[in-house]
Amino acid sequence: MLTILFDGIAYGMLLFVLACGLAVTLGLMNFVNLAHGSFAMVGGYAALVIVNNLGMPFAVGLVGAFVFAALLGALTERTLYVHVYSKSHLEQVLFTIGLVFISVAAVDYLMGSQQQFIQIPAALQGQIEVAGVGMSKYRLMIIAICGVLTVVLQLILMRSRFGSQLRAAVDDQRVARGLGINVGAVFGITFAIGSGLAGLGGALGAEILGLDPVFPLKYMIYFLIVVTVGGTSSITAPFMASILLGVADVAGKYYVPKLGAFVIYTIMIVVLILRPQGLFARGRAR
Amino acid sequence: MVEITQPLPTEIARFLTARARWSLIEIAFWIIAFASIYFLPENYLILTEIVIWALFALSIDLILGFAGVITLGQAAFFGVGAYAAGLMAKHGIIVEPVLALIAAGLVASLLGFLTSFLVLRGSDLTRLMVTLGIALVLHEIANRFANITGGADGLQGVNMAPVLGIFRFDLWGQTAYVYSLIVLFVLFAIARRVVRSPFGLSLLAIKGNPLRAAAIGIGVNWRLVAIYTIAAFYAGIAGALLTQTTAFASLEGFSFNRSADGLLILIIGGTGYLYGGIVGALIFKYMQDWLANITPQYWQFWVGLVLVLIVLIGRERISGWFNPVRRFTERIGNWRPGKASTLGMSPGDGGQP
Repeated sequence: MLTILFDGIAYGMLLFVLACGLAVTLGLMNFVNLAHGSFAMVGGYAALVIVNNLGMPFAVGLVGAFVFAALLGALTERTLYVHVYSKSHLEQVLFTIGLVFISVAAVDYLMGSQQQFIQIPAALQGQIEVAGVGMSKYRLMIIAICGVLTVVLQLILMRSRFGSQLRAAVDDQRVARGLGINVGAVFGITFAIGSGLAGLGGALGAEILGLDPVFPLKYMIYFLIVVTVGGTSSITAPFMASILLGVADVAGKYYVPKLGAFVIYTIMIVVLILRPQGLFARGRAR
Repeated sequence: MVEITQPLPTEIARFLTARARWSLIEIAFWIIAFASIYFLPENYLILTEIVIWALFALSIDLILGFAGVITLGQAAFFGVGAYAAGLMAKHGIIVEPVLALIAAGLVASLLGFLTSFLVLRGSDLTRLMVTLGIALVLHEIANRFANITGGADGLQGVNMAPVLGIFRFDLWGQTAYVYSLIVLFVLFAIARRVVRSPFGLSLLAIKGNPLRAAAIGIGVNWRLVAIYTIAAFYAGIAGALLTQTTAFASLEGFSFNRSADGLLILIIGGTGYLYGGIVGALIFKYMQDWLANITPQYWQFWVGLVLVLIVLIGRERISGWFNPVRRFTERIGNWRPGKASTLGMSPGDGGQP
């Protein structure tokens, strides 16, 4: 029981790191980015190359995954995404589906279509017992890393100058622009960080979620669920939603394996029907 | 400007009849389509696929092009139609294909009717999520209940009875193609009738601005429910046709790729004038055939590239390239012996907002 809770929390934390960038994209620019998972996949493969092929330590792989995905995010944001912000939701959907297809085929071409595994160091393998509950060391590390990241993100968002600029831009783009905030730059940086975090999540999650070229398609719905269930108004809401989903998914797969992923889809549809603005949304969300 | 020479109701009636009239170019289009039965006998298999894709894209066009609802889950109805037809044939519930086809469509439209209430809530994003979610749930259900659906192996052992008890499905796919083409034509004619009716006009108003449409007395919600149900029926029929012509149903029918490809086909052909699905399916299928010959594994890359380019260049600009062609076809299409059109609006551009 506690092990399921523990696994669920680790899974949820991972989902949060993967999806928080998307929460900002959707919340800030009202932009439907279905290609978010592609950045996660790219990060995962970057870590794979660094650790398995270049023989660098696992930590370097994680940093590399973040940097590579962030750079790619910044590049695509500046060259491609900027043209699509002002278009309709339909065009955004088409555009990002196109990007997903391209990334899936490109990774398939470059890395092969089989499932890949990043070698994790021996220190992270195995389990430890805490108060009679067996916990995998790897998942414990995920919880630690993601927990720290969440606190840092929350601090940046709430305490720093950049954070207040971002929140201002989320609340009202036009007024923020009028106050002299460079909304485009704020968004570009946020997009890059969000992609980087997705990349980090992809590298961390390779062990749990698997890593293959169809990753963006397979997990697209999970990221979108986190964002739509949580709402896009703050960082705590997607966080709560991720944990909830992680626990629900793991528990669902453990107790009613017959239904599989059915549980979380149903949760999503029910939540969307009851609270179309998200479960933890403020009174008036956009 | 419309010159009012007669009482208004008569003018309106004339306007609606003019909108609904088949133009020469449309008639020519269908004559060519049916002529393909005689002229392209070695292409029956790919042509049948094109017809099924066209029907599927037509169903998306009905809700996207005419009511402005974005969906990523039209495959839900396609899959339901496919399995319904497959199960009915396998267990001998309804053996005759045409009746089974209609029954499968009705099953899909029942699902469409029930889920339409979920889809109508919320914004574009919520709709995307709910439609996608419904398709995924159904995919999951079909996958888990393998004892009924065959799971990942697909539904096997489907034996199709002859159409109307006379025409057997032959090895060369001739019956399959003729049958599919007739189904497409009949459903197309019905769809055409629906969107050219006052009901279709009110849908366009809703697409333009739901709030204003409601303000001038158009009941927005039930119209959306109606068109969503009709579109589900069409998608269900498309799925059932696939099962009947291939004697096989698989989980692929529910997949996200099917919804996305359907959307792509419609976008290639253009939304809002009903022929988009057919034109798009022709281009898409032959492009797929051609690309798959060059790079069998990575043809999805090119699909993605086409999507990205379409959006970056802009759909309006691309359709602008065809303006000379369109003007030409309209001139031919409006021509009628000894009769000049009194209305400024041609039947051909009825769907353009």
